[in-house]
Amino acid sequence: MKHSRGRGGARHPLIELTLARLREFIREPEALFWTFIFPIVLSMALASAFPGGATSPVFVGLAASPASAGLRQTLAAVPGIIVRDVELDEELDALREGEVHLVVRPTDPPTYRFDPGRDGSRTARLIVDDALKRASGRADPWTARDQAVEIPGSRYVDWLIPGIVGMNIMGTSLWGLGFSIVQARMRKILKRLVASPMRKWEYLMAQILARMLFLAPEAAVPLLFGVLAFGMPIQGSVAAIVVVTAAGGLAFSGLGLLVASRPRTIEGISGVLNFVMLPMWILSGIFFSASNFPDALQPFIQALPLTALIDALRGVVLEGATVAGVAGELVLLAVWGVVPFALAIRLFKWK
Amino acid sequence: MTERIATDLAVSCEGLHKQYGDVVAVDRLSLTVRRGECFGLLGPNGAGKTTTIEILEGLLAPDAGDVSVLGLGWRTHERELRQRLGIQLQETQLNEKLTVDETLRLFRAFYHDGPTVEALLDMVELGAKRGSWVGKLSGGQRQRLSVACALAGGPDLLFLDEPTTGLDPQSRRQLWEVLRRFRAAGGTVLLTTHYMDEAEVLCDRVAIVDSGTVIALGTPRDLIASLGAPRVVTHHGTLEDVFMALTGRHLREA
Repeated sequence: MKHSRGRGGARHPLIELTLARLREFIREPEALFWTFIFPIVLSMALASAFPGGATSPVFVGLAASPASAGLRQTLAAVPGIIVRDVELDEELDALREGEVHLVVRPTDPPTYRFDPGRDGSRTARLIVDDALKRASGRADPWTARDQAVEIPGSRYVDWLIPGIVGMNIMGTSLWGLGFSIVQARMRKILKRLVASPMRKWEYLMAQILARMLFLAPEAAVPLLFGVLAFGMPIQGSVAAIVVVTAAGGLAFSGLGLLVASRPRTIEGISGVLNFVMLPMWILSGIFFSASNFPDALQPFIQALPLTALIDALRGVVLEGATVAGVAGELVLLAVWGVVPFALAIRLFKWK
Repeated sequence: MTERIATDLAVSCEGLHKQYGDVVAVDRLSLTVRRGECFGLLGPNGAGKTTTIEILEGLLAPDAGDVSVLGLGWRTHERELRQRLGIQLQETQLNEKLTVDETLRLFRAFYHDGPTVEALLDMVELGAKRGSWVGKLSGGQRQRLSVACALAGGPDLLFLDEPTTGLDPQSRRQLWEVLRRFRAAGGTVLLTTHYMDEAEVLCDRVAIVDSGTVIALGTPRDLIASLGAPRVVTHHGTLEDVFMALTGRHLREA
């Protein structure tokens, strides 16, 4: 019988465990979709729903009555205004649903119905008011020269993509680690491993290492998509992006191990993951700025790892911050990585 | 050299007790396994076989009682014992998305010393399947892979919990062959089973376990002989008869 001292053709256990996790992940097509394709689809969908201000038309509702015919002719001729038929009893519905920004009634002078709480409605009022007064013969004292400025880096999509990258790192780290560990526990793979001489910390560390290896493409794919498809500028250095991404990956890997340390069923881990992620999805400023929330919530929001990760990413990508410039966020992320990892080692159930 | 003498026993345990709430799983159970022998724990489901073997494997802590494995205690020598034992758990699944080769490489990496991955593949005759995903293997092939993982450290002592449950006759015989070769090389085996024929074929000694305690112990031949003349003249006695005589129940239905 061939016998060998040493590892008999195998590599260091940490490497073999990491490779096992990587292989398991790569051989799961669904996981690849959620990690790489989903963020791109989401970026595209959101970017098309919130296009830059100058290009979006203003929708104006008019009743299809003979009294509105003159208004209709005037407004339809103005570039950037689109007229939609809205009967009297449909006005409130159409405004609420966002089908129209403003309804014009053919009174003399005309009546505008709109929601002043919506930016689109306020804009529509100005444009429509201007168009109708000009058509009535208003003489302008002068006409300003307009210079349209669309600066890449200051559009919604530029702001959105780092948020999506942060959300993606959180989601893949927590779901990925949570599901694979709970599944291994359910199928007694963990129990079989601890019956061998494997060291427990090597298993946990391998899960983190595998996660870290996947962070590079996970962050790079949506960022590159932003650069290539939208011309998003990257102001900061690639090295700074790598450091921030790695810190985020560590934080969410530690958290992932912690949430996966006890549950015995997929239902159990799903509940815990939703409980952990939901506050961050809402509060951490993925889709709209976290500063919209009241001051009383801010200390809590600023302590969340996703807030720190997204702020740091936006700082580096959009404002060209250096590693030192986002040191506060990095420290917070490191704490989020180390404390849950230490707790996970203590709480982890192998059997 | 007192230590040498003590380690002539591969396993010894004394007064093992394990309780889950009000249910006593193992009740003052004692047994010894000699080096080089194949020892079977035979009994119906729920008899306490798995709890007993998992205590001996150091995976469960007993509420009371002493365990010595290869002359060492779990509390003081866990790291050394893990290197020297091979363990197959009941109903363990290996990672389905890894190949046979990758699975063995992973387990081999945990041991300082042992057969090469090639040799392990030969031992369980899975060389032809080395590139297949574990999820694509038949039940018998998976079970042999699971035994190969247990053999990855070249163990002195092999624990097997119901290694052939659910396998077809041919797969069972292939697995028995793997165990015969392990024993021919000097290995010790402790297995649980509820198949009488398996215990008769493989085991030097058998302990019949019921309600968490050993109710009979001996070689399969002695246990059968202890019944006296076979009650039914047309067939010779089996361990099934021994179990019936001791408990009044069929082994499989108990």
